[in-house]
Amino acid sequence: MFSYIIRRVLATIPVVLMVALFVFSLLYIAPGDPAAIIAGDQATPADVERIRESLGLDRPFLIRFGDWFFHVLRGDLGVSIFTNLPVTHMIAQRIEPTLSLMSLTLILSLSFAIPMGVVAAWKHGTWIDRAVMMTAVLGFSTPVFVIGYVLAYVFALQLDWLPVQGFTSISVGLVPFLRNLILPAVALGLVYMALIARITRATMLDVLSQDYVRTAKAKGVGQSGMLFVHALKNAAVPIVTIVGIGFAALIGGAVVTESVFAIPGLGRLTVDAILRRDYPVIQGVVLLFSFVNVLVNLGVDLLYTLFDPRIRY
Amino acid sequence: MSATTPEQLGQGRGYKEHELVPKYAAAPVLPGILPVPKERGRVMGFIYRHPTIVVGGTLVGLMVLIAIFAPFLFTKDPTALAPARRTRAPSELYWFGTDMLGRDVYSRVLYGARVSLMVGFSVAFCASVLGTFIGLTAGFVRVADTVIMRVMDGLMSIPPILLAIALMALTRASVQNVIIAISIAEFPRVSRLVRGVVLSLREQPYVEAAVASGTRVPVIIWKHILPNTLAPLMVQATFICASAMITEATLSFIGAGTPPIIPSWGNIMAEGRALWQVKPYIVFFPAIFLSITVLAVNLLGDGLRDALDPRLAKRL
Repeated sequence: MFSYIIRRVLATIPVVLMVALFVFSLLYIAPGDPAAIIAGDQATPADVERIRESLGLDRPFLIRFGDWFFHVLRGDLGVSIFTNLPVTHMIAQRIEPTLSLMSLTLILSLSFAIPMGVVAAWKHGTWIDRAVMMTAVLGFSTPVFVIGYVLAYVFALQLDWLPVQGFTSISVGLVPFLRNLILPAVALGLVYMALIARITRATMLDVLSQDYVRTAKAKGVGQSGMLFVHALKNAAVPIVTIVGIGFAALIGGAVVTESVFAIPGLGRLTVDAILRRDYPVIQGVVLLFSFVNVLVNLGVDLLYTLFDPRIRY
Repeated sequence: MSATTPEQLGQGRGYKEHELVPKYAAAPVLPGILPVPKERGRVMGFIYRHPTIVVGGTLVGLMVLIAIFAPFLFTKDPTALAPARRTRAPSELYWFGTDMLGRDVYSRVLYGARVSLMVGFSVAFCASVLGTFIGLTAGFVRVADTVIMRVMDGLMSIPPILLAIALMALTRASVQNVIIAISIAEFPRVSRLVRGVVLSLREQPYVEAAVASGTRVPVIIWKHILPNTLAPLMVQATFICASAMITEATLSFIGAGTPPIIPSWGNIMAEGRALWQVKPYIVFFPAIFLSITVLAVNLLGDGLRDALDPRLAKRL
């Protein structure tokens, strides 16, 4: 078990290296002259030359990559072309809203999607099942920002229950914090919920037909005890897997959701950076999000052994 | 009369009860214990068995027709400016209203179908071809396998939308670049799928037999491996198509996608953003079209998966 954890952690190192190499080499893969594109249409040749130098495009690829990578390891993601601030500094300023949004989304999605999936499997074939599954397919098929606008239109503009946009730090108070964040979290979480509810239902259907579930029923375990203790624990591995896989979509969705609800987080930073073609910032954010994604999936893999002791590698 | 054959019992149709009961029956006859299979024509039978394929396919077909025949469906020039008539609410004259530059939203939405569908189908095609090629290489060339799959792991760790954003930030906005960027973000999943299929097929006796009889590798791949990857590939391609359409809209929405001059659903929504609190229809009409199209493609994919892989059908 312990050696498995060590090996699994070590196995993420090449993946992280790969991500870093890829994020870095995007500058070189892109067709055309990236310095000229980043500089924009009104740039003078001197501007282009300055950007080329600041990105290090005039030096050999491998030397530049090695240099950049060691800076990243020391926590230095470079300097923004637009604001001349260190990228890590800009990220640190913006991380709280994004972290809050994603945590609340995770909590909401998990606490709604799993019971939904369980009930759909339990009431298999009834209208409850169909309604849950229909909602799930709809959830996949609608872009996050559309869901965001519909929710904001109904709950903020028409019903006037919640603020339309903005973000309040949790240090101001829990209620204003939640009032601002609940709509974005639901909008962002819907796709994720759809994914989790679907897989929960499918796995539970499998588990509920197992012999030990029949035995549990026969010895008189109550309905909810049977569903949520006996069955759900055995359905945990695929559910946890999809939580990990869906996390990438959650990150992508957060970038867009922040634009819709004017939340000053990393997503907004990314969008602003795209519009200004501030490549070091884009690079830094992509690298950070990918790293978090790798860590989440590492956590998922380690959770397997917790839920299913039969898994031994 | 002669004894009743099981077939006669099973058919359960057109028998008369006195014929079925012999005069000195030893065992009770059980007529009608098997359900009567309903007679359906081929078409009706298909619709009954795969309703999602039919619904999804019809809707996708409808959208394709709308995209092709957009100029003939009572549309105006989708890029024609008319500042005097800007932000009109939906009316008889402007079915979906006009945007802040006075352009007809109905025409723009219909023309927008062209961009979305083209991006969806092209990405599905490009990602499938590239992914199949790399998956086959990884599955067949043992030396390359580890390296290729590590590279794919790395690519898959970058959230697809962010990867597409990073690529788009470095290239000039064009539909072609959007297709390339989303394809690069999507193909690693295909390559992993194809590699998995290849690895399991390699152990099949008929492939071993082909190897033993000296068939060359390209022939084995073409005749024995590729046909078997087609079914899962097709299902995967539909899901890629759906997600590519959403990604295109998202990219355009945040300003890193299709150039603003081309009416795509994402662009129409991006332009309607500034006014959405007062003129929500500019955002909602393209949104409805996009959702219906993606929903249709997803239904088609679900149906295909159920039809092609009955084992999975039971589960999902």
